[in-house]
Amino acid sequence: MNERQWQSTDVEVNRSDGTKNSETFTPAPAKDQFQEELVIRPLHSGDIYASFQFRTLWDTDFLQEGQKKVSHYRLFPKSLGQVLSKFSVQELHISFTQGFWRTMQWGQPFIPSPPGAELWVWFHHTVSDVDGNWKELTNVLSGIFCASLNFIDMTNTVQPSASFKPLGLGNATDHRFLRYATLPREIVCTENLTPWKKLLPCGSKAGLAVLMKSEKLFHSSFHSQAVHIRPICQDEQCTSKAWELRQTLNVVFDHYTSGQGKKEWSLFKMFSRTLTEACPLASSSKVYVDITDNPELFELSPATPLLSQAVVLGDRRTYSVYDLTRAETFGQLRSFNLLLRWKGDNMLRPLLHAERYVAGFGLQTGEIHTVIYNNHPYRAFPVLLMDSVPWYLQLYIHTLTVTSKSRDNKPSYIHYQPAKDRHRPHLLEMLIQLPPHSMTEVTVQFERALLKWTEYTPDPNHGFYVGSSVISALVPSMVAMSTNFTQDQPLFSSFVPVKEESSYFVRVYTEPLLVNLPTPDFSMPYNVICLTCTVVAVGYGSFYNLLTRTFQVDEPSPPLAKRLANFIRRIRGVPLLA
Amino acid sequence: MYSLSLHFFYPWIYLKKRIFTFCTIETGQFFSSGHTNNWAVLVCTSRFWFNYRHVANTLSVYRSVKRLGIPDSHIVLMLADDMACNYRNPKPATVFSHKNMELNVYGDDVEVDYRGYEVTVENFLRVLTGRLPPSTPRSKRLLSDDRSNILIYLTGHGGNGFLKFQDSEEISNMELADAFEQMWQKRRYNELLFIIDTCQGASMYERFYSPNLMALASSQVGEDSLSHQPDLAIGVHLMDKYTFYLLEFLEEVHPASQANMNDLFKVCPQSQCVSTPGHRTDLFQRNPGSVLITDFFGSVRKVEITKDTINLTSSVKPPIQSIAEHHVLQFVADVSSQNPKQKDWHPPDGFILGLWTLILLVFFQTYGIKHLKHIF
Repeated sequence: MNERQWQSTDVEVNRSDGTKNSETFTPAPAKDQFQEELVIRPLHSGDIYASFQFRTLWDTDFLQEGQKKVSHYRLFPKSLGQVLSKFSVQELHISFTQGFWRTMQWGQPFIPSPPGAELWVWFHHTVSDVDGNWKELTNVLSGIFCASLNFIDMTNTVQPSASFKPLGLGNATDHRFLRYATLPREIVCTENLTPWKKLLPCGSKAGLAVLMKSEKLFHSSFHSQAVHIRPICQDEQCTSKAWELRQTLNVVFDHYTSGQGKKEWSLFKMFSRTLTEACPLASSSKVYVDITDNPELFELSPATPLLSQAVVLGDRRTYSVYDLTRAETFGQLRSFNLLLRWKGDNMLRPLLHAERYVAGFGLQTGEIHTVIYNNHPYRAFPVLLMDSVPWYLQLYIHTLTVTSKSRDNKPSYIHYQPAKDRHRPHLLEMLIQLPPHSMTEVTVQFERALLKWTEYTPDPNHGFYVGSSVISALVPSMVAMSTNFTQDQPLFSSFVPVKEESSYFVRVYTEPLLVNLPTPDFSMPYNVICLTCTVVAVGYGSFYNLLTRTFQVDEPSPPLAKRLANFIRRIRGVPLLA
Repeated sequence: MYSLSLHFFYPWIYLKKRIFTFCTIETGQFFSSGHTNNWAVLVCTSRFWFNYRHVANTLSVYRSVKRLGIPDSHIVLMLADDMACNYRNPKPATVFSHKNMELNVYGDDVEVDYRGYEVTVENFLRVLTGRLPPSTPRSKRLLSDDRSNILIYLTGHGGNGFLKFQDSEEISNMELADAFEQMWQKRRYNELLFIIDTCQGASMYERFYSPNLMALASSQVGEDSLSHQPDLAIGVHLMDKYTFYLLEFLEEVHPASQANMNDLFKVCPQSQCVSTPGHRTDLFQRNPGSVLITDFFGSVRKVEITKDTINLTSSVKPPIQSIAEHHVLQFVADVSSQNPKQKDWHPPDGFILGLWTLILLVFFQTYGIKHLKHIF
């Protein structure tokens, strides 16, 4: 009887597949596609820059009210999809970085990121309580990525008015729906990489992700992993929208500068793995090697006839392309190991780069200096500088000076939001015009606050971090950029939408600052209590005795032993002692 | 709750009658433990690079527990500082437990739930008692129920009656005992194994008073737990002695192993550990010899294969059910009126004896022995 019951349930499901109406069944799953690519770029200093990008495009809409909630996930990770629909997120960008990108030695990265963790989110315009959603979103993301993102709260969140415009579709005017926060102290390690890898459709089992071994990835000068989610147009007229999830991992290996090798490397040497197959779920899986600098001096093996040219970061570069979806790329050994030896070291000098440091002495006051360099020989262009300084460094905005070529340079747009103690950080945004071939210096004085003793971290003598400044600019390009974004472009050149042909968007992050605040001696209360009690007991106590003690003659009572002996003698009837 | 346990016991009793191929020892052990799921809370409380060994301790227990079957979703791992990607680590993304870099306990697949400044006494107690803010993600919660066996492992610097968290605060043994009592009253565990590897670790389990707790410590009150061996390439001590030998013991345990708690009590005798490991089993219901290591360290699912049809909806109660019911009620009565066993009487130790000798000496010095006979 039981077996028949099991069977009938099965039959019911089969029958209702086609005939039941759509009220109880979701429609057929939406179309989604997955692409992966790896770009390898030898750097001027002899190091290697490897950039992985994994893109999932999904034809669906998380935020449309009329449609049923999305419930069938295929390539898009379910944890992120649920986060997007629950918190009505329009755009989400989160990055975890270990190390600092050295612009002068390495050029511009494909996707910039500041040291530590950075999270910026555009919420949908229907959200009523943005702060509440932000707080819950940071908690949920801290669980997904195993990071302490729950330390993001009102004391380190800002709402930039001009700096972080949406990179996808979106209403760019109302910055009330934008939240930006950074945790410069955040450590990145295997525990962040593990959940990041689990978001990929093939995991770390097939495709390019097999190269991601943590022992090699973290033994590098720079390591950055990021997740970018945004809605994009599928075509020129924007008739249909799709959600794009990009997972990027940038790493710079420093075998040459740390003296471990010659200017030759291979995939096996960098990652301790070779590629054996493309991810079966990927529609395209490619490896690009940048051979623009002196292609004759390169020795690339295995050789490939495929070449491609792309305009990226204002420069036309040539790449050798290896298509992993084709079986012949792997050769007879069914393993793909790229070998490269080169001798040239030319580099395009980056047009924009910046530094930041703290000046001054002592633990009371200081000065923050931000230095921005414009290396273009004849063009001037404006940059947007955004500074978010924690409340315990109290800025004196009346001492703010901007000088270029030792002359005052007045910013054309300033947005300043002062800090509220323990509530809100400082936010300073300025639009500065940089003269050609010049150095611009922005200085502002500050005073260090004394925190309450419970607000200090367990290791306060390490110092307190101030997040990186963000400099966003449209830099004039030497080469005309293509504005047609639906063309089949490699992923690394299509991250930022290009609006004009003559300039490209660049975001430069400065160093984070490490500032010592006046730190109390935490063993002080114990020492003070000991000292005070000793002084009171010995000093005051002796005086008190000397002054108030009086001496009287007293009959001494017999000691206890004598009293006990007398008691026993009384019982025995023997004469008592004196 | 009673009826639930009834339904739990009834089909198993029914099955017991039908299956003849099981030998009696196996069926006895099959029903001996009442847990259905396993959780682990592993905490390292020390900060700074020279406390590398505490992180290595915690990660080696994490590794063993994962190897024996407990998934990441059932492990709450709290590491107070990052050693693997610390700038002083000559081999990034690794934490070694044996010198010459033999065993990397950090591995490639690790999920740390609480890290850095999040490891505080408050967060630890909130995880145990379940009183977390509503927006806390699932991976940071201890979602145990009354059929969960929980393993709690603490390591760091400790003293007589306290454990130091991150160089800035302490948890006392009374707070810990109260937290476990809260867990018991909210039925958040079935059985709990508490292991602590700190100096004077036995003081931390002295004050426990809730039932179904078994505790192990690496040293007695007044003794220090010592570290094992330094690695000259990394420059710090890699592990503590007790956890090192515990890891060696656990490496030999596999999911089907029959090793029991008595073997665990023998880990690291004084000849190897210099300190005397201690344990406490008076609050525990079962005999430690019948408790398997995998009851706490692993997540062994009991699977029984049968080819007979089992009718779970029958309303006729066979007479055997009354025995099961009786057993259940007896179990519940025993557990709720649990009194800890009286501690054994120990003769007074050296200090008290010395004090009394001193008093008697002074007494005889003052009065003289030969005078005493005149007094009395």
